Amino acid sequence: MSRNPIAATAPRAGEDVVRFDDVSMRYGRGPDVLRDLNFSLPSGSFHFVTGPSGAGKSSLLKLIYLAARPSKGLIHLFGQDVARAAPSARPHLRRRIGVVFQDLVLLEHLSAFDNTALPLRIAGRRPADYRTDVAELLTWVGLGGRMHAMPPTLAGGERQRLAIARAVVNRPEILLADEPTGNVDHEMAVRIFRLFVELNRLGTTVLIATHDQDLIARSGRPVLYLEDGHIARRPAPGKLDL
Amino acid sequence: MSEIFDVARWRPAPFLPENEGRDGALIFVVAVFCFLACLTAMGVLAANRAAGAWTGQLTGEATVIVRPSGGETPDAAAARAAEALAGTPGVAEARALEPAKAYDLIRPWLGDVSDLEDLPVPRLVAVTLDRKHPADAQALGAALKGQHLDATVDDHSVWIKDIRRAGGLVRWLGAGVFLLIAAAAAAVVAFATRAGLAARRDVVEVLHLAGAEDGFIARLFQARFARVAGLAGLIGALAAAVLAAALRLAGGGEGLTPALPLAWSDLAAVIPCPLLAALVAAAAAQFTAMRLIRDMQ
Repeated sequence: MSRNPIAATAPRAGEDVVRFDDVSMRYGRGPDVLRDLNFSLPSGSFHFVTGPSGAGKSSLLKLIYLAARPSKGLIHLFGQDVARAAPSARPHLRRRIGVVFQDLVLLEHLSAFDNTALPLRIAGRRPADYRTDVAELLTWVGLGGRMHAMPPTLAGGERQRLAIARAVVNRPEILLADEPTGNVDHEMAVRIFRLFVELNRLGTTVLIATHDQDLIARSGRPVLYLEDGHIARRPAPGKLDL
Repeated sequence: MSEIFDVARWRPAPFLPENEGRDGALIFVVAVFCFLACLTAMGVLAANRAAGAWTGQLTGEATVIVRPSGGETPDAAAARAAEALAGTPGVAEARALEPAKAYDLIRPWLGDVSDLEDLPVPRLVAVTLDRKHPADAQALGAALKGQHLDATVDDHSVWIKDIRRAGGLVRWLGAGVFLLIAAAAAAVVAFATRAGLAARRDVVEVLHLAGAEDGFIARLFQARFARVAGLAGLIGALAAAVLAAALRLAGGGEGLTPALPLAWSDLAAVIPCPLLAALVAAAAAQFTAMRLIRDMQ
């Protein structure tokens, strides 16, 4: 297995796992979709990012999970300047980040079990080592009886929970979720949110991009409000009994 | 048995979908390339064997043309030359050919002349050389000169040189055709890899975002196309072996033809084909996939 070049850079509790310094981003030669962003996410924190459609929420997440590069500014992940990280270090950084994509991007030819185990297999773990963990995780997200089901046969909520299971299976230090409750009913949205809260209690830093203002208001978590590509305001935490 | 302990169902599925519709076309094209490559290899082996046999035949023999002089009869001069050559080191046997043989050789040029025996036709001495330590033309000439004989030695070196040159040319030609076929196969695999990556961009992106390294993803495509090419190589090699065996059987004892004496052992040339096809495909897929995956980031 290859050497982990960033193993020594893990942040301590309370240290910033994500820091943006004057970060802007554009696609190709187009206009800036994000402008002069300055914020940080301490280890173990739970934030929402919200704003109107096209405000740049998904682009912000892309920058964090290294699917895009900033056109300006510095991004620090786990205390490391991403721009200065060697290309060989990027996969190791990604393994510390779990992502629930807006369109889920499940691999349709893999069973629910294999989809969930994907990050572990990529990290070089053997099936005998992760079999029980994955089974337990799928049971935890309510898919214990659907482990061998293929994604096309799963209902919307099940697919959503499968994507979450895949995102958290290797105990990432950051969990990013892009509209994780966008395609599910209210009851399922609450269940999924409880899942995130539980993961956060276990020490995972959580950042959720969502339009669901009701969920944000009831959660009482800090919010990054994006408007026209920059952080417009940071509403004070509310209160939600979940 | 409960679902969780069903071992067969827990076997991890491959990262890339196993059955692709495109595989059939790729297998056919690579199999055709392998078939042609195997035929080329067997053809080169047979041509090489023919050239070797001809060269071996010519290097083991020499012909001496003896011209009578000083009132000596042609037959007496030929007999004396044969005797002198027989005692030369490196000569296994020297035999003066009967006059009729010499007449037979010149008759095609002179036509049916009734008084051919009256012409001063030179006599021929056939020399069989020692296989291990053959005498060269210089040694034979010296032996004849020592007996004051007016003779010319033809050790067939001109023919041998030509045959060897032709044999070398066939080998280089075969190697060229082989390389051309390998390059064409590599290009086809590179094209298929490009198409495969385009079709599986979603899988590549998911793997990337789950922390897979470029080399890890490239190796998935490398393994897939090596497997496909190996199978195609096996099909092409078997087809070529079957055709060669049929030709060998139809050709009888001398192989396909005396000019292309195909031997049963030549069929062994197809054995490395599946492995070579897999190696070429693996290299082409790895190279192409790495370049494309880097560009995707």
